[in-house]
Amino acid sequence: MGVETESKFHVLAVDDSLFDRKMIERLLQKSSCQVTTVDSGSKALEFLGLRVDDNDPNALSTSPQIHQEVEINLIITDYCMPGMTGYDLLKKVKESAAFRSIPVVIMSSENVPARISRCLEEGAEEFFLKPVKLADLTKLKPHMMKTKLKKESEKPVAIEEIVVSKPEIEKEEDSSVIEILPLHQELESEQLEPMLSSNKRKAMEEVISTDRSRPKYNDITTSV
Amino acid sequence: MLGLGVDRLQADINRLLASLFHQGVLDEQFLQLQQLQDETSPNFVYDVINIYFDESEKLLRNLRLLLMDREFSDYKKIGLHLNQLVGSSSSIGARRVRNVCVAFRSASELSNRPGCLRGLEVVEHEYHYLKNMMHELFQLEQQRILAAGVRYPM
Repeated sequence: MGVETESKFHVLAVDDSLFDRKMIERLLQKSSCQVTTVDSGSKALEFLGLRVDDNDPNALSTSPQIHQEVEINLIITDYCMPGMTGYDLLKKVKESAAFRSIPVVIMSSENVPARISRCLEEGAEEFFLKPVKLADLTKLKPHMMKTKLKKESEKPVAIEEIVVSKPEIEKEEDSSVIEILPLHQELESEQLEPMLSSNKRKAMEEVISTDRSRPKYNDITTSV
Repeated sequence: MLGLGVDRLQADINRLLASLFHQGVLDEQFLQLQQLQDETSPNFVYDVINIYFDESEKLLRNLRLLLMDREFSDYKKIGLHLNQLVGSSSSIGARRVRNVCVAFRSASELSNRPGCLRGLEVVEHEYHYLKNMMHELFQLEQQRILAAGVRYPM
């Protein structure tokens, strides 16, 4: 059966603490995600391909050298970091035309309601209190699914690929999920079903990662 | 008899864990940590706890240096260090260490220097106790793995 294997969700995790990076990496791997960890907000932006102008830290441009080869489905960042905080990083991502669609999740060991609402207002999808648990990560799937579906709809259609024709899918998860299935039942429906019907399911079935070669970066670790 | 060796070691491990839970040294978060370990990451618990030890000891050293300084006044910095300790201790299920860090943090929020010094001593004590217990646990685990791996010659 010529089924295209779906790649895992790729999460970019940002935390200045090695311990926390190790923890979040393992939690994400256990949730069947591919993970890249970086130790600062500026490295996160570099990885995404956003060039930070040293003269004007507020100016952002997409670096011409680094086209985003690596598709990031979610950014999860610690709030409290030296230099660029998780909140600063959130703002920069949401201000960028190229990357504002990437869902951002904030983590913090402190329960400060004002902080939480500020982050959510700025566009964070979730705010996790540390210690982050495996159960927390199941909340990430719906957010990451949105970016996957959106990207699929922008790709040219090929016979083996899953065809998603409605660009406005990401607005209403539930109703649009149900709509797709009847249209494409004769194509790859076995592939569609686990991906689409799991929106509300707690544990998503694992997907097989493709063997993509990725560009190399310093000071970051990517693990599958 | 090799089989008995493994069983006895497993019983020792279970007994030690039960005792640590009973004393409140560890809580259920430690079990969550163990669940993250599997065939793809078989040394996860050992690795992450060692990172915890390294980072905690750096933080404790810094705290001591800060407080020993006669002209010390940066309670905010103490707070930041303690936030990190509270967070990482919670993450591995080190309940008692976490709790004494919280108490220490309260003293720092009140800019109470003697309270901070006492708090630091208590944290150092609890931390070292935890570290010794973890070492014992890892040793037993290592012995158990070795005992389980030895084949009985047929």
